[in-house]
Amino acid sequence: MYTQSMDIPDAAEKGPPESASAASELANAFEARIDADGRIEPQDWMPDNYRQTLVRQISQHAHSEIVGMLPEGNWISRAPSLKRKAILIAKVQDEAGHGLYLYSAAETLGTSREQMLEGLHSGRAKYSSIFNYPTLTWADVGVIGWLVDGAAIMNQVPLCRCSYGPYARAMVRVCKEESFHQRQGYEALLVMMKGTDEQRAMVQDATNRYWWKCLAMFGPPAADSPHSALAMRWGIKRISNDELRQKFVDATVPQAKVLGVTLPDPDLKWNEARQHYDYGEIDWQEFWTTVAGNGPCNKERLATRVKAHSDGQWVRDAAMAYARKYRERTITEAV
Amino acid sequence: MNATTLKDWPLWEVFVRSKQGIEHKHCGSLHAADAAQALHMARDVYTRRQEGVSIWVVPSAKITASNPDDKGELFDPASDKIYRHPSFYEIPDEVGHM
Amino acid sequence: MKANAAYLLHLADNAVVLGQRNSEWCGHGPILEEDIALANMSLDMIGQARLLYQLAATRIGGDASEDRLAYFRDASEYRNYTLLELPHNGPLVGYAVADRDYATTTVRNFLYGALMVLLWDGLQKSADEDLAAIAAKSLKEASYHLHHSRDWLIRFGDGTEESHARAQAAVDHLFAYSEEFWSDSVAESAAVDAGVGVDLRELRSAWDALVDETLTEAKLARPEVKGYLPSGKNGAHSEHLSYLLGEMQVLARAHPGGTW
Repeated sequence: MYTQSMDIPDAAEKGPPESASAASELANAFEARIDADGRIEPQDWMPDNYRQTLVRQISQHAHSEIVGMLPEGNWISRAPSLKRKAILIAKVQDEAGHGLYLYSAAETLGTSREQMLEGLHSGRAKYSSIFNYPTLTWADVGVIGWLVDGAAIMNQVPLCRCSYGPYARAMVRVCKEESFHQRQGYEALLVMMKGTDEQRAMVQDATNRYWWKCLAMFGPPAADSPHSALAMRWGIKRISNDELRQKFVDATVPQAKVLGVTLPDPDLKWNEARQHYDYGEIDWQEFWTTVAGNGPCNKERLATRVKAHSDGQWVRDAAMAYARKYRERTITEAV
Repeated sequence: MNATTLKDWPLWEVFVRSKQGIEHKHCGSLHAADAAQALHMARDVYTRRQEGVSIWVVPSAKITASNPDDKGELFDPASDKIYRHPSFYEIPDEVGHM
Repeated sequence: MKANAAYLLHLADNAVVLGQRNSEWCGHGPILEEDIALANMSLDMIGQARLLYQLAATRIGGDASEDRLAYFRDASEYRNYTLLELPHNGPLVGYAVADRDYATTTVRNFLYGALMVLLWDGLQKSADEDLAAIAAKSLKEASYHLHHSRDWLIRFGDGTEESHARAQAAVDHLFAYSEEFWSDSVAESAAVDAGVGVDLRELRSAWDALVDETLTEAKLARPEVKGYLPSGKNGAHSEHLSYLLGEMQVLARAHPGGTW
């Protein structure tokens, strides 16, 4: 589960928030509830911009889950043992489930899943840029669990307290299921590190390729992030990108040590004064290039999602046609 | 058949009973062509980790919800009826649990 | 009483090959809900395969293990039904394989599911208690798989013109492969003689009834079957199994000393 790109505006999105209606009584009541750390539910009045921001954020989040199935799904057929195959299928399946929970949460805001998918398929909506990188070896699967899911967890846990009720509830469910993802990834790497030299080299290589991309996943520093301030104000986002990134680095360094791999950053060192690890400069140019659609796998990922959806059209049509024909016959609700 | 897109797969609310003796609890929603399919899909989506022993599915469109604007008149009048709660009544200690 | 390893391998190979095939849909399903459902079924199949390989490994002894049996036997040593190794599309050679067709997936799952519900039911009474226990567990899974594929097959057959045509084409393509269910194999005969296996020929009329009833409800025609009799369970496979195993086994074989 993966949440970085929620700070990235979708391509077709329009300008700054409306603020004229802030004087209204409804707006005041809304603001008061936000200030009191209360929850907003689907039928409550909410500013248009809050609604739009949520739809964008939740749908980007859902898209990330669905696109995120592809790089790991790439290794299901070649998983090196039946146990690992089962674990990986279950994990990729969980991502489908998370996408589904999140689409459902966004649907409570009046945007249908079909509309959201249309946004993804047209290239308008964004998803986490981490999935535009290839999974080249089996170790990538473990590293995605360890680092990518690890980074995502930093982001997710605070979202369980998000101001929008359905999103917060979806995130509680997601987090509950998610806890196994990072652990299974890390454990898979631990086992490989106890194997052959080739296996250890594989783990180090995957770590090298994914480390910087994971740091970038948290999104640009708050100053560069167009939505952060408002999202913080509204309790849609609780902790800043930089804060989360630091938390991730601090948590990961000791894990890397136990695992026996090095993290590819010569500037990475403990800062006694800050009581945090310092780390090197992130290549934001590469990040923005990938976000803009020009990473190594952007086109493949998107085209694959589009194809799955359009190839599935006749299946969905058939189910609906059948249901229509036999509507009166299919009253089989369980009680 | 272009008219039948996903838009037409209605949304269903899913309620799961986590174990015998517990009430069904709302756990989320999904899309399905009809009730029978919704029930199956709810099993696959929402009970992958043994979360349930029974499932209800209800078309989302069939749910009638109270209007948040009426929250005041609907729910506030109950707030001063503290005599409805057992802790309102003081009973001598020697009576024990009542 | 203990079932012969060859019989267990036949059952395990069936499960792993179909689990491998169905998991190819993970991330590409026609709708999220169905993607999740199919992954559940793949997990059931992989789970069945693991139990059966583990049991076979104890019977074979030596360095046999679940993964040795799955990853280090060649296509000619596999004993699955040919039906299960075919790609998710119509009659094409292995290197001309086209897009996945969900009707093919569904029809295969239905034909096999209808068999396995009957077979696992029978194997619950196997004289091999270990196998009987696996059968009892697998029966519940197979019942759900049958329910699921049957439901979709009826929706396809009685859905739109396109879905009907696709479902009929898949039935026409795959039905002949079901003939293999009723043919002889040394491993099955030995298991039946020893009282640990089920004679599939005794299940045929029940299978026919289940299939005919479903095809009728789905408004699909049962094709006439004649000619070539597949025999994957005797080791004579289609061209497709080698591709399937080539992909499945590549990593394990590249690192024979690896630990995963």
